[in-house]
Amino acid sequence: MINTVNILRLIAVIVFIVCAPFIGGILDGFDRKISARMQRRIGPKVTQPFYDVLKLFNKEFVSVNKSQLFLLLSYLFFVIFAGALFFGGYDLLMVFLCTSTASIFLILAASSTHTAYTGVGTLRELVQMMCCEPMELLVAIGFYLSTSANKDFVTPTFKVIDLVRSDMPAIIYLPGFFIGFIFILTIKFRKSPFDISTSHHAHQEVVKGVTAEFSGAAYGIVEVAEWYEQVMLLGVVGLFFITSNPLSYIVAALAIILVYFLEIIIDNTSARVKWDLMFKLSWGIIFICGGTNLLVLEIIRNINI
Amino acid sequence: MKSFHKSPWLIHYDASSCNGCDIEVLACTMPRYDVERFGIINTGNPMHADIFCVTGGVNTQNAPIVKQIYDQIPEPKVVLAVGTCACTGGIFKECYNILGGVDQVIPVDVYVPGCAARPESIIDGVVKALALYQEKHDKMVQEGRGLPEDPSLDEDNDVDENASNDDNSSDENASDEENAS
Repeated sequence: MINTVNILRLIAVIVFIVCAPFIGGILDGFDRKISARMQRRIGPKVTQPFYDVLKLFNKEFVSVNKSQLFLLLSYLFFVIFAGALFFGGYDLLMVFLCTSTASIFLILAASSTHTAYTGVGTLRELVQMMCCEPMELLVAIGFYLSTSANKDFVTPTFKVIDLVRSDMPAIIYLPGFFIGFIFILTIKFRKSPFDISTSHHAHQEVVKGVTAEFSGAAYGIVEVAEWYEQVMLLGVVGLFFITSNPLSYIVAALAIILVYFLEIIIDNTSARVKWDLMFKLSWGIIFICGGTNLLVLEIIRNINI
Repeated sequence: MKSFHKSPWLIHYDASSCNGCDIEVLACTMPRYDVERFGIINTGNPMHADIFCVTGGVNTQNAPIVKQIYDQIPEPKVVLAVGTCACTGGIFKECYNILGGVDQVIPVDVYVPGCAARPESIIDGVVKALALYQEKHDKMVQEGRGLPEDPSLDEDNDVDENASNDDNSSDENASDEENAS
């Protein structure tokens, strides 16, 4: 069925696929610049991440297992697919399931080489997934319940296209979920207290963890996929604020910038933690913030019924 | 591609240095010198690195390690010998276990003298290495990217040694090496 809404959705998907790497790269550049300024350094140019990735694609590809490249391309595909689903306005639950599938491909690609550092890295990546997954699923469920608590909606829905038509921003129903989501964003962005599986910037521990065995184009693919994923996740942050009112998009953009800045501050002011502390902290936050919020939502829903 | 030299990632290996040069290499990444403004990152991973920065002379124990790290860096790559010991063996040259400078094991492109090498001269060396790096990349592109299907490590080394013998190293590694053992 072709109508204006469907065309708009298609345009949104195309804009995401074309522009997300540029937005992600620029954000990464600002991240490095701001981090450098926080450390009283001058820092690289904002466009530095693009130079890095261009260089990586021109380097020699060395790998002990040729299936690595295929697995990494699958990782990139699923990340882009998840983002396209999100910006196309499809099912939020499906979006998060796709990102999990993508992570599995990254883990498979890393473990296909059987080296010590990637071994440690993949185990830690799995722990990171364990910390993130419950909150991601809870966020999807939270949005669903917020639509059922909201009287504007006749039937509750997971669909992003319907969620953005709400009269009330979802954050009013989901403050706890929002805090929990911000918390796991630190893990998802591989920022400092939780950058245990691999690390951006110069602070390495297990060499480069999951990405240790990716050379040249393979590492370039990982970088580009991470930019796509960042843009998608920041889109979810925006979704908490977006309503049918066009002005809410500005509020959402401001919120995204604030959240990203907060992540940079956390990155620069905290030291790396061990995996068990990360696990306890994230599940604690999920149960306290997400759980309480879920309980309150249920009560509101029952009152409405 | 012209911008290829704008993103050099560096791996630093301490062969058998007294740690003086290592401190100076680390000082380069600190706020006073801040090499990251040139896009230089001190990565700990040879698979991601472009520039191999070695401090200290090579001894019998770490010679295979230096060689292995060199082989793990994907093409194009540049080797930077930092400090007198890395250039020639320095005051340790006559020790029974020291093979000499880094160029006894792998082909070196740029020599940074000094005991310890000052951060300014290390940065100068890196900048010099960047020009070479771009040159090597352009050559690689000309030769159809020259990516061997099944890279044999020894063959690679021979090719590189031939390519990089024209450096400013002639006066520094002039003396023949004696194996006391």
